[in-house]
Amino acid sequence: MAARRNPQLNVHGELIHLLSVEGLPREVLVQILDTAGTFLSVSEREVKKVPLLRGKSVFNLFFENSTRTRTTFEIAAKRLSADVFNLDIARSSTAKGESLLDTIANLSAMHADMFVVRHGESGAPHLIAQHCAPHVHVVNAGDGRHAHPTQGLLDMYTIRHYKRDFTRLSVAVVGDIVHSRVARSDLHALSILGVPDIRAVGPKTLVPGDFAAMGVRVCHDMAEGIRDADVIIMLRLQNERMSGAMLPSASEFFKTYGLTPGKLALARPDVIVMHPGPINRGVEIDSAVADGPQSVILPQVGFGIAVRMAVMSIIAGNPA
Amino acid sequence: MRITIHGGRVVDPASGRDEIADVAIAGDRIVAIGAKAAELEAERRIDAQGLVVAPGLVDLAARLREPGQEHEGMLESELQAAAAGGVTSLVCLPDTDPVLDEPGLVEMLKFRARKLSRCRVFPLGALTRSLQGQALTEMVELTEAGCVGFSQVEVPIVDTQVLLRALQYAATHGLSVWLRPQEAWLGKGVAASGAVATRLGLSGVPVAAETIALHTLFELVRATGARVHLCRLSSAAGVALLRAAKAEGLPVTADASINSLHLIDEDIGYFDADFRLAPPLRQAADREALRAALADGTLDALVSDHNPVAADMKVLPFGEAEPGASGIELLLALALRWGRELGLPLVRTLAPVSCAPVRVLGDALGSLASSAGRLVEGGVADLCLFDADAEWPVTAATLCSQGKHTPFAQASSGGMLQGRVVTTLVAGTIAFDRR
Repeated sequence: MAARRNPQLNVHGELIHLLSVEGLPREVLVQILDTAGTFLSVSEREVKKVPLLRGKSVFNLFFENSTRTRTTFEIAAKRLSADVFNLDIARSSTAKGESLLDTIANLSAMHADMFVVRHGESGAPHLIAQHCAPHVHVVNAGDGRHAHPTQGLLDMYTIRHYKRDFTRLSVAVVGDIVHSRVARSDLHALSILGVPDIRAVGPKTLVPGDFAAMGVRVCHDMAEGIRDADVIIMLRLQNERMSGAMLPSASEFFKTYGLTPGKLALARPDVIVMHPGPINRGVEIDSAVADGPQSVILPQVGFGIAVRMAVMSIIAGNPA
Repeated sequence: MRITIHGGRVVDPASGRDEIADVAIAGDRIVAIGAKAAELEAERRIDAQGLVVAPGLVDLAARLREPGQEHEGMLESELQAAAAGGVTSLVCLPDTDPVLDEPGLVEMLKFRARKLSRCRVFPLGALTRSLQGQALTEMVELTEAGCVGFSQVEVPIVDTQVLLRALQYAATHGLSVWLRPQEAWLGKGVAASGAVATRLGLSGVPVAAETIALHTLFELVRATGARVHLCRLSSAAGVALLRAAKAEGLPVTADASINSLHLIDEDIGYFDADFRLAPPLRQAADREALRAALADGTLDALVSDHNPVAADMKVLPFGEAEPGASGIELLLALALRWGRELGLPLVRTLAPVSCAPVRVLGDALGSLASSAGRLVEGGVADLCLFDADAEWPVTAATLCSQGKHTPFAQASSGGMLQGRVVTTLVAGTIAFDRR
C-alpha cells in the first residue's frame, strides 16, 4: 500500500488539525507546550482575552455528552476571542437520523472555521477532517477509545512543568488502558518526547499485551508498575466496567490497583500523581492521595485551558 | 453460433495444458482444441494473439444484492461486473432481503439471472430460516429450486444444538454446508485483534474467534459426516487446523478472499473504511500462511467476496461503516498478483479460480461438474480471454459494479492492477467484450 501523508499536517509539516498525538513530530509537540506556556499568564490577567481568533467561529460538536471537556474548550476559545457555538448533537441532528457528514456539511455552510469534535467512534474526527472544507480545522476532543490528544498534551505540559526533562523519567499509566483514549494519547506523547521508561499497568482484561507494540512495558503487578516512578497517571474506571467480565468489583480493583498512600511509597519520593478526572475516590485512587501533596490533579485542569488555547491558535494560523 | 479463437495461449489448470492453440466452439460446447479447431467454419473469429485463453473463472462468494438491496447493486450491474471480471460461474450468498430461505425466491433469482445470460448463478440457500439460527430451512426443496449448498453467511449459529442438527440433516441428504468459522461472541469486533486495533482503539476480533469455531465444526463434522465448506479463512492458526483436518480425511474444503490474500491490518491506515472487511484483515504472518496454503492446495479456492456497498455506508466512522468491498472484477488480477509473487506457473495460478472451486461444488453442479472450470473438447464453452500484462487503475469509472468501494482502488492503494479480461464467453455466447 502507498504511504499516506499524516492528515494532521500540511505539506510544510505544520499542524492543521489535531486528531491524534500519534505520528506528530517532536517539534510540533514542543511548539504546543511552549505556546501553552505563554497563554498561562492570560488566565491570570484582569482581562482574560487575546485577540488571536477574533471573528472566527468555533463549533463544539459533542456527539457524546461531556461537560468538563466541552467547557474547557469553550473557555479556551473565548479567551482567544472566538465566537463559540455549542451543539449538543447527541440530542439533536443525529437523533433525527442525519448522517455525520450531513451535519458537518450544514455547519460548514454556516461558515465554521473550526470544529471541536467528540464522538463515540474511533476515527470519527479523521473522517470529518477528510471531508470538511480545506479552510476548516478539526480538533479531536475524544474519539472512542482512540485518542484524546489535548488531554495527552496537557498531561505532558503538567509533567514538564514539574519535572522539566522528559528524558530521565519513569512514567506509569495505571488502570483501564484498553478503553482509554487518554492513555493512548499519553503513551504516544511520552514516547515522542523521549521518556525512556513508560509502563502500562493494570489487569490483563484492561491492559492487553498488545500495548507492548506501542513501546511501553506492560505490567500486571501494581507494585512493579509504580516502583520508583517519577510520574503516575491514574485513569478513571468507567462505572460500566466496575462489575462484569472485565472486573469483579470496584473494591477488588481498589485493593489490587487503587493508588493508596501505602502503594505510593513505592514510587520516588518526589513522584507526582495525575488523573484526567473526574476521579472515583476509593476506586482508582484514595482520597488521601488525590488530595495529598503529590497530587497535581487540579493544576492539570488549569494547564488544560492553556494547552487548548495553544492548539487552537496554532492550527488556525496554518494554511491547509 | 460457431466461434473460433485463434492464436491464444490456451491454459487449462485441470489438465496442465499450456500452449498456443486454437479453440473452436459450436453452440454451447467446445468442439475442438488444437489443429482440428482451425477446420471449423466459424461465423465469428476471435483473434487471441497475445492473450491467455483460460476457463471462465468460478467465484465461490459474490453478493448480487438481489432481492431487496437494489440500491447497493442490481443483478444486471453485478452480473455485468462478473462478466467483465471473466467470471462465468458464481456462487451467491443468501443474506438478501428477504433471505433466500424459500424455494420461490431462489427460482425467481435463477430465472432473472438466466435471462441476463452473463454468468451462471448458483445460489446458496439459508441454512436456517431468516438466518436466525433456530429453525432449519427446507433444504431438499431449496436444492431442487437450484441451491448448491447452505450457509449462514455472517450470522454464526449460537446454539450448538441447532448447528449439530443442521449438519445431521444436511448430511442425511448429501448437501454441503458453507460456514465462515466465527465464534459469535469473540467475533463482534471491527478489526483483527493486534497492535493496529489496539493503537487505533478499535474493538478486536481475536484469532480464537476463528480457531474455536473451527474446532467446534471439525468435531461436529466427525460426529455427523456432513460436508462442510469453510468460507474466508483469515488466520495462520486457522490454516494449520484446516491442514490437520484435511490430513485426517475430514470432508472439508475451504476458501480465502482476495482481500485477506493481499492486505493486512496495517493497511487500514488512518481509519480507511474501504478496509473495513469481514473477516477483518489480520497480520503479515497470517497473510503469508494463507498464500502458502492456497499454493499447496490446503485452501481450495480463492474468492472475490464481492460485496457492493453503497457509498453512504462507507463514509462513516470505521466501526460504523458497512463491512465489505467490491471484488469480482479484481479476482483475476489479484490471483495473477499472488501467482507472480509466489513464482507460480499460470496453470497453478488459475487453479484456485477455475477447476478447484468446481471440485468444491462437486455434484451440486449437475452435468456441469465435469467440464465447468476446465477447457475440454465436448465441455461447456465458458471461457475467459485476458491480457496478463495489461495494467489498469481501479477507479469508480473502471468498475461495472454498483459498489465502487474496494481497498484496491487507486485512491486507497495508489497502484495499478496487472491483468485484465478482454472477452468472456458463457455457454458459447459472448457475455463481455472489451474490444
